[in-house]
Amino acid sequence: MSSFGDHIEPEFCPLGADGILVRFSRVISDQANRLAVTMRNQIETKTIAGVVETAASLTSVFVRFRPDQTTRSDVEAALRQLIEDWANIENETGTLRRWTIPVSFGGDNGPDLSSVASDVGIAEDAVADEVCDTSLRVLALGFAPGQPYLGFLPDKWNIPRQSGVTAEVPAGAVVVAVRQIIPFANPSPTGWRQIGRTAFRCFDTERLQPILLQAGDEVQFVPTSADQLQSLETAPDGLGGAICEIVS
Amino acid sequence: MSGVLNVIEAGPGVSLQDLGRSGYLGLGLSTGGAADRDALLQGQALFNQTEDAMALELAGLGGRFGFSQPTRFALTGAHMSLELNDEPVPANTTLYARAGDVLKIGPARQGMYAYLHVAGGFDGPKVLGGGGFHGIAKLGGRVAAGDQIAFLSDPNPGSSPQKLSPEQTGSAPIRIMEGPQTALFSDETKSRFQQTEFKRGHRGNRQGVALEQDEAGFATEGQLTLVSDFIAVGDIQMTGDGQPYVLLADCQTLGGYPRIGTVLPSDLSRIAQSTPGETFTFHFVDASEAEADWSSPEERRKHFASKMTPAMRDPREMADLLSYNLISRPIED
Repeated sequence: MSSFGDHIEPEFCPLGADGILVRFSRVISDQANRLAVTMRNQIETKTIAGVVETAASLTSVFVRFRPDQTTRSDVEAALRQLIEDWANIENETGTLRRWTIPVSFGGDNGPDLSSVASDVGIAEDAVADEVCDTSLRVLALGFAPGQPYLGFLPDKWNIPRQSGVTAEVPAGAVVVAVRQIIPFANPSPTGWRQIGRTAFRCFDTERLQPILLQAGDEVQFVPTSADQLQSLETAPDGLGGAICEIVS
Repeated sequence: MSGVLNVIEAGPGVSLQDLGRSGYLGLGLSTGGAADRDALLQGQALFNQTEDAMALELAGLGGRFGFSQPTRFALTGAHMSLELNDEPVPANTTLYARAGDVLKIGPARQGMYAYLHVAGGFDGPKVLGGGGFHGIAKLGGRVAAGDQIAFLSDPNPGSSPQKLSPEQTGSAPIRIMEGPQTALFSDETKSRFQQTEFKRGHRGNRQGVALEQDEAGFATEGQLTLVSDFIAVGDIQMTGDGQPYVLLADCQTLGGYPRIGTVLPSDLSRIAQSTPGETFTFHFVDASEAEADWSSPEERRKHFASKMTPAMRDPREMADLLSYNLISRPIED
């Protein structure tokens, strides 16, 4: 990743009595997301007095501090300094993890696949190919514990959420909207459309590490058959055949 | 010796709670924990407990509970009537239960969430640093009739009874501070928001409570294209129709609806404890006032501890009198 340059001017907003939101964009954007994830990782490598938690969302970084140990203005000053120092950062530091996660597309596992194909303007059997050919990134975890917002699919996948809400998609439902994909953690109502299903459970309290993904991770889906998915579901680790490699 | 609390009868909204699980916002898990943190901390103060001590949260309805072992206990938060072995006993006071005693807790007469504390704290498995029930994360479990909840032994059974008089909450406007989306609302809308009297609606739970009013909603420009962003506990979210919803302990971590502001932590108990029909107004204060108003759980617990007084009770009304260590403590445990 190249330098972020020196024209980064995020907004600093209060978020609660003990929180600061550093917002890089008010609309979804790949660059803003990369900035947010990188800034969050940068803060984590430093010690800012009184800062007790940081987190990255789709386009912003949240910083929680202890008002009895520091002040909002001191934390803001430290964060502004960190951004100024960025001009000198050539590459994102830290390791990159790549997940490969099997998904069964269409049929009972993807009841909305044909309507999605028609809205995207591709053949039904091209849906799995296009999704699996895209290297996705964990933009943020949220809504439910460990549940990733993955992006970005090609432009033509900028399809809207449904106007009506699907009453319930199952755990592991792979749903799409607005160039993003989410494998659902829990059975949930949603306005997104289900094109497949995975046996990967992004949140499993039975596992030593209940939450496996983190913002910035790469995710590659690979197609699998409905039968294979069924057998992957019986594995007790809830990984559903997912593999994680450290690539840098 | 540790014991169990036998849940003989219980309403639907009973769960173990502590101060929640902090540090997981970036992983999609909101802090959760007691809906009324102050009421939990009051119980922790009464028994000089540590931060991780758990209490039983009761939502609106009480229940009947049997003690397997002697322990001191207390009820804080919402006003609910208390009877120990059919004799009335006071809330916000450390009381003594013997093995086999039955505590009956009536429905809330004022407020929503009450907390039953035992001196040693309740015991249970911890996941991600907390032992409490978290609704949308599906962590921990609800407590139901038939359950047995383990508690740790009373570390100081002979200590003299203490009480804590709840502070009057008053009816001053609820203080709110600006948040990341406040600027999306016009000055006219913000000013109208502060002039409006809201009624606590019927929809409400640990995730949040709906507020109602009869005039137009409080919409922003272009609110449907907003990117989802972090939520703070106490955020006042405007749903599609512009009706406000105050987010509480078990809220989601990210949300796409704009929030007009955030309720200050020390005013949030009033919202959590509100019952349908109760009215509120809101008033914006500076972020600096919010920062000054913030206090850590330790400070808050110390504050409550400083307000404790010896419980002077009429011996004729003391159902638990026989349990007190009047001369020398009987060996019971």
